[in-house]
Amino acid sequence: MSPDIAVEADGLMKSFKETKALNGVSFQVPRGKILGVLGPNGAGKTTAVRILATLLKPDGGRATVAGFDVTKNPREVRKRVGLTGQYASVDEELTGRENLLMIGQLLNMRLGDAKSRAKELLEWFDLTDAADRMAKTYSGGMRRRLDLAASLTGHPEIVFLDEPTTGLDPAKREDMWDVVRAIVERGTSVLLTTQYLEEADALADDIVVINHGEVIAHDTAENLKRVVGSQTLKIRPTDLAHTDQVRAILAAVAADAARVDEPRRGEFSVPVSNDSILPAVVSKLAAAQIEVTELSLALPSLDEVFFTLTGERNRTLVDASTTEEVAS
Amino acid sequence: MTTAATHEVTATIPHGPMDVIRHSLVLAQRSLVKTWRTPESLIDVTLSPIMFTLLFSYIFGGAISGSVKDYLPLLITGLVGQNIAFASVGIGIQLNADMEKGIFDRFRSLPISRVAPLFGAALGDLVRDFLLIGVMLTTGYVMGYRVGTDIWHFLGGVALAILFAMCLSWGPMLIGLLARSQRAVQGIVFMTLFPLTFASNAFVPTETMPNWLRTFADGNPLSHLVSALRALWNEPSGAVAADWQTPVAWTLVWCAIFVVVFAPLAIRAYNRKA
Repeated sequence: MSPDIAVEADGLMKSFKETKALNGVSFQVPRGKILGVLGPNGAGKTTAVRILATLLKPDGGRATVAGFDVTKNPREVRKRVGLTGQYASVDEELTGRENLLMIGQLLNMRLGDAKSRAKELLEWFDLTDAADRMAKTYSGGMRRRLDLAASLTGHPEIVFLDEPTTGLDPAKREDMWDVVRAIVERGTSVLLTTQYLEEADALADDIVVINHGEVIAHDTAENLKRVVGSQTLKIRPTDLAHTDQVRAILAAVAADAARVDEPRRGEFSVPVSNDSILPAVVSKLAAAQIEVTELSLALPSLDEVFFTLTGERNRTLVDASTTEEVAS
Repeated sequence: MTTAATHEVTATIPHGPMDVIRHSLVLAQRSLVKTWRTPESLIDVTLSPIMFTLLFSYIFGGAISGSVKDYLPLLITGLVGQNIAFASVGIGIQLNADMEKGIFDRFRSLPISRVAPLFGAALGDLVRDFLLIGVMLTTGYVMGYRVGTDIWHFLGGVALAILFAMCLSWGPMLIGLLARSQRAVQGIVFMTLFPLTFASNAFVPTETMPNWLRTFADGNPLSHLVSALRALWNEPSGAVAADWQTPVAWTLVWCAIFVVVFAPLAIRAYNRKA
């Protein structure tokens, strides 16, 4: 394996009874980069992460992490990786500081070193004020940060982040993104699983899309968006009397006037391929003195990505109420 | 896995014994801190034994031994055995909770020995066992029970009871790792412990039991422990009580059986499960 590759999965297979969780999944994480593994619940993301973090043995295929085979040299792998699970795995009855201290001591740090590392991480993750409170009093976002801090205690070369922002509100999500970027700046390689194209786009250098245990696309965020199509411009005038004018404005700027859609009464959407469209629309709206309650430019949702890639529109794919993965 | 792969697994340098001890101690400390934070988790080794002692002595004392005071030597030793068995459910529940909350995933992703979390839990449980025996003996003392032998026999009995508790706890640990919920752990452990504690010599002489039950009761590991404690602690009265070697030897045999059977299974279950 090339020294520039931090993680390599090659044809990973894993079944749980009748369910094929992974059916020959391959991908690579280049050293110092972020690979986003994008897929819906049950796609096999968590299973892949658990195999790479040596918690699960694959039925077939092989995986190398930091140059070591996960089944032949699991201990060498464990020395070099940090794992942050989908469900924050910190001890709720210990304080934040005690959690980090315990991990440090288990990594054979001297007590003094473990203490200073804990202090450093608590400061970095903005948990200093809550350091001596039991983790069960923490909010969801704080718990995630503590979990992430715990997995960084031993300065791992590679960090696995399994859906680090699922269930967090948007503001907390962006805080988490900043943290992930900071981790990579320090030279760490990151494998991130997510259900949000937006998140993979914001963080990942490369994106692997998996569904039913198979890789269905592997590309940069840029190319993936190009394949999937464009961004979607959404607009909703305050006054329903303006709907015709709005429709006309959108038809004028959009690449394909025929695709202006009114999914709900008074709400328009149109696929656009050019980032300069938003200012153009805004100036036209201003000139016509039309007030709007909503104006947004959004990436296609995971649902739309899947629709394009697989041709199957599956509304249940991204059902927020089912958060269980096959392997959990 | 291919032959070559297996070969390389064995070639990996195992964790040194010092690492295993150090990591187990760190994890035992975790158990202790948690116990200290939730004192109500100690009810089964503090208030429960007191309640059992009061109830059993006043209910059964007159019927079995003629008076409460005469029943105490039989009862206190029997209750130490029974409470050790009952308290062992705690460690099973604790492991089950750790597994459910994903903390074991964290431990399993760390470069530590895979037996350390189990040894750590067992070590942390020691404090509960000491507390339990202390509470039992203090309650007994207040009610009029006196150790009738010397300090060495007494301490030998304490050591034997603690050892028995540690070895027995591998059973509930295994169940804790296999069961799918904490409630299931409780149900399974108690279902096995009830016959073990009551079909024994802990509260009544086995002579009055039907033959088949008596055979079970006399061979029951808990009966051996209780007999050993009676021989080691109670005032010698007749040839049987003076002979402590036989029940102690049997108790040690059972301790070995518990560890040999349950510890490898528990370690295997821990390594396989999430």
